[in-house]
Formats: sequence, structure tokens, C-alpha cells
Amino acid sequence: MSAIRAIQAVRSGRIDSTRVRAVVRKEVTDYRRNRFVLGTMTVLPILFLANPIINIFTAPTNVSHTALDARVGSTMLFLLLVPVILPATIAATSIVNEREQGTLEPVLTTPVRSEELLIGKALAALIPAVTIAYTMLGIFLLMVKLFAHQQVADVTLEGPRILAQVLFIPLLAGWAIWAGLAVSVRANDVRVAQQLGTLASLPPLAITALMAFNVITPSFRVAVLFAVGLLLLDVLAYRLIAPMFDRERLITARRAK
Amino acid sequence: MTATMDDPVLVVDKLTKTFGSRTAYSDVSFSVGRGEVFGFLGPNGAGKTTTVRSLGTLITPTSGKATVAGLALTADNAVEIRKRIAIMTEAPGLYGRLSVTENLKYFVGLYHLSDGEQRIKKALDAVNLTDRAQDICSSLSKGLRQRVGLARTLLNDPEILFLDEPTSGLDPVAARGVHDLITGLRDRGVTIFFTTHRLAEAEALCDRVAILNTTLRTIGRPSELREQLFNRGLVVTTATPLADPARVFTGLPGVEGWEPDPAGGYRLAVSDPAVAAPEVVRALVHAEADVLSVGESRHSLEDVYLELVNEDVEANQR
Ligand SMILES: Nc1ncnc2c1ncn2[C@@H]1O[C@H](COP(=O)(O)OP(=O)(O)OP(=O)(O)O)[C@@H](O)[C@H]1O
Ligand SMILES: [Mg+2]
Repeated sequence: MSAIRAIQAVRSGRIDSTRVRAVVRKEVTDYRRNRFVLGTMTVLPILFLANPIINIFTAPTNVSHTALDARVGSTMLFLLLVPVILPATIAATSIVNEREQGTLEPVLTTPVRSEELLIGKALAALIPAVTIAYTMLGIFLLMVKLFAHQQVADVTLEGPRILAQVLFIPLLAGWAIWAGLAVSVRANDVRVAQQLGTLASLPPLAITALMAFNVITPSFRVAVLFAVGLLLLDVLAYRLIAPMFDRERLITARRAK
Repeated sequence: MTATMDDPVLVVDKLTKTFGSRTAYSDVSFSVGRGEVFGFLGPNGAGKTTTVRSLGTLITPTSGKATVAGLALTADNAVEIRKRIAIMTEAPGLYGRLSVTENLKYFVGLYHLSDGEQRIKKALDAVNLTDRAQDICSSLSKGLRQRVGLARTLLNDPEILFLDEPTSGLDPVAARGVHDLITGLRDRGVTIFFTTHRLAEAEALCDRVAILNTTLRTIGRPSELREQLFNRGLVVTTATPLADPARVFTGLPGVEGWEPDPAGGYRLAVSDPAVAAPEVVRALVHAEADVLSVGESRHSLEDVYLELVNEDVEANQR
């Protein structure tokens, strides 16, 4: 019932962009002042950029093309961890946190729709995640182009590989966010939500790993097909999560304390 | 008084809410007129907050009907109802890392209101917080947070304002500020539905009050409730006890009965104090009593409340 209503809301354009923007602005202002989130946003990218760079520069060049391919693939997989883990953590805590602070109830007294609140929170997690991930990718590719061994650079800078990376970053982040929000809507405890959220965000990464390890040969076609699959998964996830947002339960359910 | 019951903005009809086997409130019916200040009283756990949440579309009643600001209380009307009302929740629920203004700005956005700056300024002014506008909310005292929560409910110019214990934790001056605000809003035609444990406050502010204890125990003007529940009476105090009170009081015109007051003096049940009082004074003078005072006994709303709630406690013990 409410699933149908949620879909109709989006279709008929009843999503009010002013409300969505208000949510995004509030979220971003709030976590820019949150040391835990800021710390995660700084430390995680540094760690997950340092590792692939070291990995690429220490790559042996006297090996077969296939071996080099696998090495580069697994290295670049690392760059996909940040756009998954970072937004998953933010999303997984975003609603259960508000419940704990008592800020959710006043918000729900306003005309804001569940979908608007969820989309706002999703965008607020997506924007920094994608920005950071693209920056990391840019730095990585630039370093490879400028300083890596020619042979390694050739394998790394293959078109399908870069396209896959560019497409997968927002799509994987999208999945991670919906998974995180789904956990956040159901969870009664912030720390449990954080752990479950990270866990739930990882499965699609496994599919991309198949490509990274050359189980599936990366090509433009495969990259685009995977991207479309991920997109469908994201849309499906959104449609499933909006009806999970049960105002009454969120306000009255006893919290595990 | 500006409230008119011909034009009710809130009609509640046999509303019930249960959580599993626990009944939060049951079979509650009442209506509130436009521009009325309506007090909702009752002991802890009586169902006041749950009622406010139900009427504010936050939770779904188990059975019964209601009309809020002219709209039937249904899931389809929820968004429209929320546009027309505002609720100050029991806990103010502010974002601690945001400033007072930033908190209010968020709500201006959620209500999709134009001229937000103007509205924020007006709301802060109404609760006397203009000089704290840039303060970060986590640094505010409990009472100041409460006032930010109140300012937040003024942003959308609601038709009905629900206030869940708006003065709990406020100092007397700040509480008086809230009272003035409520009176001011009433004069502008806003309907105010508020819960409180401060009975003197309810008595002073409310056009009508309801006392809830899971079911609605009574509803009416504070003065009516006093009269319904308590006989009218006179209180007589004397410097020394009367030698023979029965001889003094029995048979006086208008006096229906008497009893010694445990606090000293005598309580007389009378049909009309205006008739009985002069007779009583004459009789006391005649008996050469050392009269300190003769006055009409005043029952407060608190007496009404305690009487009704204690009845429930006793009924439960049986
Ligand atoms: N989610 C819930 N699950 C079970 N029982 C609940 C739930 N929410 C409220 N109740 C119960 O419903 C009853 C009414 O609670 P409510 O909060 O409405 O009381 P109240 O009149 O606001 O009390 P107070 O004066 O303490 O604020 C209480 O017995 C409470 O324990
Ligand atoms: Mg309450």
C-alpha cells in the first residue's frame, strides 16, 4: 500500500525540492562540525589512497600481462572502498542518531514527507562521498600517468577500467547509502547501526571484484552493463526503503539503552 | 473571550490508542473552538502526549475519528494537517551543533516558507531570544532550549498550536513570558491546546480544561468544574473555638450544614453565600464569638484535579 503511494509521490513530482535542499543543507552543516565524521572523511581517503599508490609503484614489471592486469585491478578495487564505507557509515547513523538526540520527532511534525527526508539524507551522504572518491581517483591516475612504469601505466589507464571506476563510484555509493538508511530506519542503537550498515554496503563490491580479478574481462560493454545493473539495484533499494520509514515506530518504539 | 464553539477547529470523537495490551488513552471525545485556549491535564502516563501525537498525525489512533483544522484525521490528509498546525514536543529536540538561527532555518525549509528571515526574527522576538540567535544550541540552558522549541512552532503561523508541557523547567519569569505569549496568540485567533502539570497556570490561562486519566474524566471551564464538584461554602475562623458551634450555625437561613475545619475554624455548606453570610455574621456576633474572618470557601482547579485523580486511584485499589 504505502510502497505504491511512495512510488506515486515520486512519479507525480510531489517531492518538494525546497524541503530536500533544507535537509541536505542541515545535514552538511551538522557533520562539518562533527569531529568523528570529519576525522573519518580525512583519514579514510588518505589510507585508501596511500595503499593503492604504493601497490602500483611496487608492481613488478617483468611479469605476464595477465598478472599485471590482476594486480592493477585489485589495486583499483581499493579506490572503491571509500565511496562505499564512508556514505554507509554516515547513512547508517543518520536516522537512529536523530532518534537518540530527540530531533526526529519535531522534524516529523512538519509537512516533510518521508521520501523527502530520505532523499535529502541520501544526497547529503552521496555528495561528499562522490567528491572525495573522484578526487582520489584523479590523484591516483595522475600519479600513475606521471610517475609509474610505462607498462604499468598502460594497463592502468585502459579506457574500460577508468569508465567502470567513474560509473561505479556513485552507483556503489548509492547502494551503500540505501543499505545504510535501511539499517538506520530499523536499528535501535547507533553503534549496531554503524556495523550493520558497513556490512550491508559491501555485497555489490563483490561483483566488481570479479571484474577486478579478471574473472570477467573488463570491457566497455561489461562496465556499462554492470553500471546499469547497479542503477536498477539502487532504484529498487530506494523503493523498498521509503515504505520502511514507519513514523509511529520511529517515535514511540522503546530504544535499547 | 473570542472562542466560539460554533466553529470548532478540533473535534475528537471516541478516539482510542493502544500499544499492544497497554491502553494509552481510550474513548476520548471533545471539541475545541477556534481561538480557544484549551488545557489538557492529567497525571503522568495519562495519555496526554500520545493524544497530542495522534492529533498531530505522528501516530495512528487505534479507533475513533477526529477533525483537525478542518481536515479529517486520515493518512491522506496528514501532510496538509501538518501544514496547518505546529507541535511543541515534550523535549525540544534541537540540533546541538547548529546555532539557534540555523535550527530555525531548517524548519523554515521543511515548512517551505517564504520570507524565512522575517519569520525567524519575529519568532525569536516573541520568545525573547533575539540576542542568543547566533548561539550554538548545545551551549544553551534547558529553559533557553525550551524557548527555541517554542519559537520553532511559531514559524508557520499555525491555526492550532499544540504545546506539550511548554513551561516545564522554566523559571517563573520565563514561564510568565510563555503565558503572555499564549495570551497574545489567542488574541490573534490561534487555537492553543496545551498540556501542563501546573494547575494554577491552567486555571489562569485556559478557557476550558479537560482532565484525562486514560479516559476523559471531566471537561469544562475551571469555574464550572469547581462548582460541579464542590458545594459552595463559607469558611469561618475565630480566635478561640466556639463554645457551642451547633447552636450558632444550625437552622440559620441558607446554611445547609457545617463541620469543623481540620485547619481551625468551621466550614459551612450554603446554598447562596450572599444570603447566608450576613446571617452567619449576625449569629456569630450574637454568640459573642471572636471572629477573625468569614469568607467564601475557594476550591481551586487543583482541588478538582486531586479529587478526580484520587477517585481513580481508589477505584484501582478496589
Ligand atoms: N510505544 C509505546 N509502547 C507502549 N506503551 C506506550 C508507548 N508510548 C506510550 N505508552 C504508554 O501510554 C501511556 C500514556 O503515555 P503518555 O506519554 O501519553 O503519557 P503523558 O500523559 O504524556 O504522561 P507525562 O505526564 O508523564 O508526560 C503510558 O502508560 C505509556 O507508558
Ligand atoms: Mg507527556
